[in-house]
Amino acid sequence: MTPLLQVLGVMRRFGGVVAVKQLDLSFNAGELVSVIGPNGAGKTTLFNLITGHDAPDSGRIVFAGRDIAGMAPDRIAALGLARTFQHGRVFANLSVRDNVLVGAHTRLDVVRRSPPVIGPLIELALALVQPPGVARQQAALDAELRDILGLFGDRLLPRLDHPAFSLSYANRRRLEIARALALHPRLLLLDEPTAGMNETETAEMLGIIRTLKQRGLSILLIEHKLDLVMTLSDRVIVMDDGAKIAEGPPGLVRNDPAVVEAYLGHREVGEVVA
Amino acid sequence: MGSWFDYTVNGLIIGNIYALLAVGLALIFGVSHLINFAQGSIYTVGAYIGWTCVTYLHTPLPVTMLIVLAGCGLLGVAIERIGLRPLAGAARIAPLLATIGISLVLDQVVQLVFTPDPRALPNPLPDWRLHVGSGTIGAMDLLIAGIGIVSGAVLFAFLRFTKLGWAVRATALDRDAAQQMGVDTDAVNRTVFAIAAALGGLSGMLVGMYFNHIDPAMSFQATLKGIVAQVIGGMGNVPGAIFGSLLLGLTESYGVALFGSSYRNLFAFVLLLVILVLRPNGLFASSRQAPPEPLTGTFIAPSKPVVVPRFVIVVAVIAAAALPLVPNISYVLQTLTGAWLYAMLALSLTLVAGTVGQISLGHAGLLAIGAYASALLALDLNVPVGFAVPAAGVITALLGTALIFPAFRLRGHYVSIATLGIGEIVGLVILNWESLTRGPIGVSGIPPLQVGSLALDSPVRSYWTCLAVLVVLALLQVRLLRSHLGRTFRAIRDDDVAARAYGISLNRYKGLAFAVGGFAAGISGAITAHLYSYINYETFTSQISILALTMVILGGLGNIAGAIVGAVALISLPELFRFTAEWRMLVYGVVLLLLIRFRPQGILGTV
Repeated sequence: MTPLLQVLGVMRRFGGVVAVKQLDLSFNAGELVSVIGPNGAGKTTLFNLITGHDAPDSGRIVFAGRDIAGMAPDRIAALGLARTFQHGRVFANLSVRDNVLVGAHTRLDVVRRSPPVIGPLIELALALVQPPGVARQQAALDAELRDILGLFGDRLLPRLDHPAFSLSYANRRRLEIARALALHPRLLLLDEPTAGMNETETAEMLGIIRTLKQRGLSILLIEHKLDLVMTLSDRVIVMDDGAKIAEGPPGLVRNDPAVVEAYLGHREVGEVVA
Repeated sequence: MGSWFDYTVNGLIIGNIYALLAVGLALIFGVSHLINFAQGSIYTVGAYIGWTCVTYLHTPLPVTMLIVLAGCGLLGVAIERIGLRPLAGAARIAPLLATIGISLVLDQVVQLVFTPDPRALPNPLPDWRLHVGSGTIGAMDLLIAGIGIVSGAVLFAFLRFTKLGWAVRATALDRDAAQQMGVDTDAVNRTVFAIAAALGGLSGMLVGMYFNHIDPAMSFQATLKGIVAQVIGGMGNVPGAIFGSLLLGLTESYGVALFGSSYRNLFAFVLLLVILVLRPNGLFASSRQAPPEPLTGTFIAPSKPVVVPRFVIVVAVIAAAALPLVPNISYVLQTLTGAWLYAMLALSLTLVAGTVGQISLGHAGLLAIGAYASALLALDLNVPVGFAVPAAGVITALLGTALIFPAFRLRGHYVSIATLGIGEIVGLVILNWESLTRGPIGVSGIPPLQVGSLALDSPVRSYWTCLAVLVVLALLQVRLLRSHLGRTFRAIRDDDVAARAYGISLNRYKGLAFAVGGFAAGISGAITAHLYSYINYETFTSQISILALTMVILGGLGNIAGAIVGAVALISLPELFRFTAEWRMLVYGVVLLLLIRFRPQGILGTV
């Protein structure tokens, strides 16, 4: 089986700093892989490179058989790749409902089956006329929306028409995941989904991610909370200073000396201080 | 004049004058990330202070210069204190709009005090000219060059060697960090505005003496030139602003030498667009990418729109349609016909600026395209008016979108600058493309409104026609925003990075929005042309763009009912109070300022 996502020798520099160094990564469909590492290790840069928000200086990124390195993010999204953002980027003035529906944008027939040049004009005409086909799809999405939000219990469903800016921080993070699910992603990239959440909320999020995994969704996860990472991951990739320093099942990675060093520093340094 | 030497000297002198304007803009942008649209008004005020001193007080030149510097410096401090500091926590677009409001107010005050007539500002210097090779250099040239160099040196020394100068530079690098370290950022703002205004005023006085001519209308072009120079050098880059100014001066001067003086501004704005598209960070920046901060993100303050019940709207439309049945009301009908036409423009702008978040400052350019398209179709190709008007809408949609397309990759304030430049370019192309547009003479004898054999040119029929077209356009827009396009457009406005991550192509949807908006604006311009029967390149000035933006903000950004309410209020209220034209613009400026300060979400709220 060919991997769903392959990152091959990807390099990204910012001025003199090498944010991602000759990185290789292979990801199979149905897996849940976590990327961990200290702050500044290059995890979010890696996500930005995969999702097209940034272009690598060299190397290839192959998703579902296509080289997507440097491709525009909207085209990559249309290939079935959805992401959430580290600090949360919901559409503040849009309702919860509309936020999730934007997630389904690439699935709309008027967008998907759009011929070049006149496609936008057809889209405009169909939006104005609202023929039965378009209305039917909208109704189907409205029904699906409730299923997606139902995943989060009664956190979001009662707030369907509230603008996103009125939500709590944790609810905005949940809304982001709901929006990503509406894309029907082949691969979901979650960037610190539990950042800023308390223990109860983190446990709830763990349950949700586990449910998604059980449904067969492929997930690439950046996370700092190691308990959650060790519980959920099939594999863990450890990054430090832009490079991959370890990779393997959670149990093995946890005791890898290189990982311990990256997180806690050199033993010698500690002794000198002591 | 005539030799290349003279054109070079002339270009450098004009460049020096632009530099005095642009350096202030760069300083202000550096510390507060704000484009000061009032800079040109301060320049005009400086010219008039100089004129007053010379005419009434007969002051010698050095004293005049000191008075101008002091007067404009104080004005700068006042602008910062009254207009901008209260907006510290407001949405990012608010201070920019405030400077536009201040500019309107200052320009109109100057016009009310000194009348719109041009004045001569005599040059007190001896009238000798130094012969150099094939050309000459005059005393005024040397004075301007000297002032340019001295101001540059003083500014450099200030920023480099004084404590306050360090504070300015620290604030420019990181305002929060500077504040944490005890820098009084309010004092920094005040200082920067004072310096910018003092230099801007001096620039106005010098340009008045150089051309021996000042008038209140010179402010807008000065603002534009300062902004163009700054964009060339990189926003907020002080040495870059000086270089950009000299380059702009030379480009204009050589352009005039090659093609004639009506091309001067065309060169400036084409240069602006080329730089914006190819190097939005200016010639000296290494990256081609516009900085992501602080120009992006949600600039529209979250708010809950007022829900207008449907029956209120239905009743209002019926009342408006029944209004002509009231006897002796032709003056009201005429005013409201104008309001309906403005409301179509406001619908267009509220879609582009409010719903998609692209604050356009060149919307009058779309009116001009629609008006000329319809007028020329009817006159030169004998297209019946009933077909020419919708055709003009389509032409405006296509042409307008194509013109703005290169600016789709820009964000935030850069979009405003680009659309401002494009609006100017439309006017200048109309002026210079004589074989198509009849150039400065304008187009006269445009046939009146008519559909088939039905003449619509009586006041009552024009009124009904405009109202009907407005209602149809508004309903179409309501329907559009209820479809998936509504949320797609708003997603781009709220967070274009996240929107792209969910498959929304910015080019495609910005293009659609500008096409729909261009259609409405084009129809409005076309109907205007047939109602006026005469148009020229000055019929649709940039003041109309600003007025339309004020209407849109008054009603609430993105709010369709609000756009119409805003247009009716701003067109009919001044009529109600019988304001003269000058007072009217002053009122618009004050309304804009009060709105931004006290109700940025407008009457009906942003949607």
